[in-house]
Amino acid sequence: MAEADILSHIETALPGTIQEQYSSHGNDVIVIDRGDLPTVLSQLKEQPDFAFTLLLDITGVDFFGQEPRFEVVYHLHSLTHNHRLRVKVRLTEEDAQLPSAASVWKSADWLEREVWDMFGITFTDHPDLRRILMYEEFRGYPLRKDYPVNKRQPLVEERDPITNPWHKG
Amino acid sequence: MAEAAAPLLRAQKDVAEHDPTSEIMELQMGPSHPATHGTIKLNLTLDGEKILNCDVEIGYLHRGFEKMCEQRTWNHCIPYTDRLNYASPLINNVAFALTAEQLLDVEVPERCQYIRVIMSEVSRITDHLTCLGMAATEAGAISVGFYLMEARETLYDLVTAVTGARLTVSYARVGGVMHDLPHDFAERVRTAFADMRRILSDCDTLLSKNRIFIERMSGVGAISPEDAISYSLTGPLLRATGVPYDVRKAQPYSGYDRFEFDIPTGTQGDNYDRFSVRFEEIKQSMAIIDQALNGIPSGPIRIDDPQITLPEKKQVYGNIEGLMNHFKLVIEGVKIPPGEAFLSVEGANGELGFYLVSDGSGRPYRVRVRPPCFFGMAALGEMLQGCLISDIITTFGMVNMIGGECDR
Repeated sequence: MAEADILSHIETALPGTIQEQYSSHGNDVIVIDRGDLPTVLSQLKEQPDFAFTLLLDITGVDFFGQEPRFEVVYHLHSLTHNHRLRVKVRLTEEDAQLPSAASVWKSADWLEREVWDMFGITFTDHPDLRRILMYEEFRGYPLRKDYPVNKRQPLVEERDPITNPWHKG
Repeated sequence: MAEAAAPLLRAQKDVAEHDPTSEIMELQMGPSHPATHGTIKLNLTLDGEKILNCDVEIGYLHRGFEKMCEQRTWNHCIPYTDRLNYASPLINNVAFALTAEQLLDVEVPERCQYIRVIMSEVSRITDHLTCLGMAATEAGAISVGFYLMEARETLYDLVTAVTGARLTVSYARVGGVMHDLPHDFAERVRTAFADMRRILSDCDTLLSKNRIFIERMSGVGAISPEDAISYSLTGPLLRATGVPYDVRKAQPYSGYDRFEFDIPTGTQGDNYDRFSVRFEEIKQSMAIIDQALNGIPSGPIRIDDPQITLPEKKQVYGNIEGLMNHFKLVIEGVKIPPGEAFLSVEGANGELGFYLVSDGSGRPYRVRVRPPCFFGMAALGEMLQGCLISDIITTFGMVNMIGGECDR
């Protein structure tokens, strides 16, 4: 199947799910509703015409000040057809949650934990949603645009080695 | 988890019958452990020496790479990318620059593409040599470790000659590379490769029929192709299971379709196959460099566009346009039109992808890296189930986790 007709093919295979579609710098992009996410992702993986068996990445983007604020982005690759697709779900700040893809791909487990850790976006039926890169005691979500860059949250109190050298107790 | 439940119950029953030899033990390995070259913590559930369950904790080297990049101009991010996979920094540089160029819809001159291919392949070899040398050392073959470090050193001399640094190279730029290859580069490569071939054949003799080494590696940490794909493994870990997926062939970038090379694959998906695939890839990379050096055209090494690349120093000091272009690029950065792009390259450990979002200012709005070894670490727990404690060392070595990249 040629790159160009993936989008139209998805339209016929999964009617009514695509809210928006476009191509951007060589990648085909579809925007879907979070309610359709489990069906769309598992169909994209299972249907032999698509066979997007390799989940390349899940990540979030914070469009602070815009509505809807968050975007969760899935990058898929098909090993058999050698084509790629980007799937996007848009979420509002008040209701930043969406279903998990951990039952479709095993790698989604850690990727979704990272999105939760960094953006505070909840994956509702995730088997083990806890922080992955930050520590448990960490407050806030560092990749949100309203998280201050210079904010520090040390686990152990920081010591200034000049004013308070170690040998003076 | 389902497989772990049965032995767990059996062991608990044994404990109830007061048999101390089959007591279930919780052991925390790391975060700072001499046998794991990387800061990770493994929470092990052990039945004797057998691993029933392994929960991997990462994040000890997290320093906010993605957040830092949002505060800097596009070219300022290049030094940060050096610190992702510091065993092959040139590949990271090139991947970031290529993605930014895709957002700009520009293509670098042919000579620059060749230089990027050559330097990426040199980096791939240094990465593989580090991984294989460390793995051999940890399995007890310490002389192989020293030999491979010697081979790596000859390549670091090449990297130093081109970029001026061993690890923190910062060589690629959006729209080109920092400067051209030294005039005697081809000669240097020939000398280095002659040394490399001798060392590689020595190591092959030392290891390929070595019973101790084979028994430590073969059948250990195996994963099926289906599981490997489900865990999104790429690179040597996926190819060791027999899936011939290589980004350089599947989605060629930077003119990789010009070169002829094979994709080495394994059959068992175990540590021995991972070792062999990497060993074979070194030879393929050397073949690519040879072809590229034979075919490299002369010409410019960066795009000739004052909006994207810095002008020559003569222009900066000699006329007002050059000075202004230089000032605007340094202070405000390359203005990349709003949009988003995802591009991946074949990193040494697997598919290294960048997802960049631009809002039209001189700084990236969002930088996301797809770190290949993050996925290897996610699968590590499953690879180790049913293995022995000593197998952690070889399997962890073959996943080749690089903290800077995995934790970002």
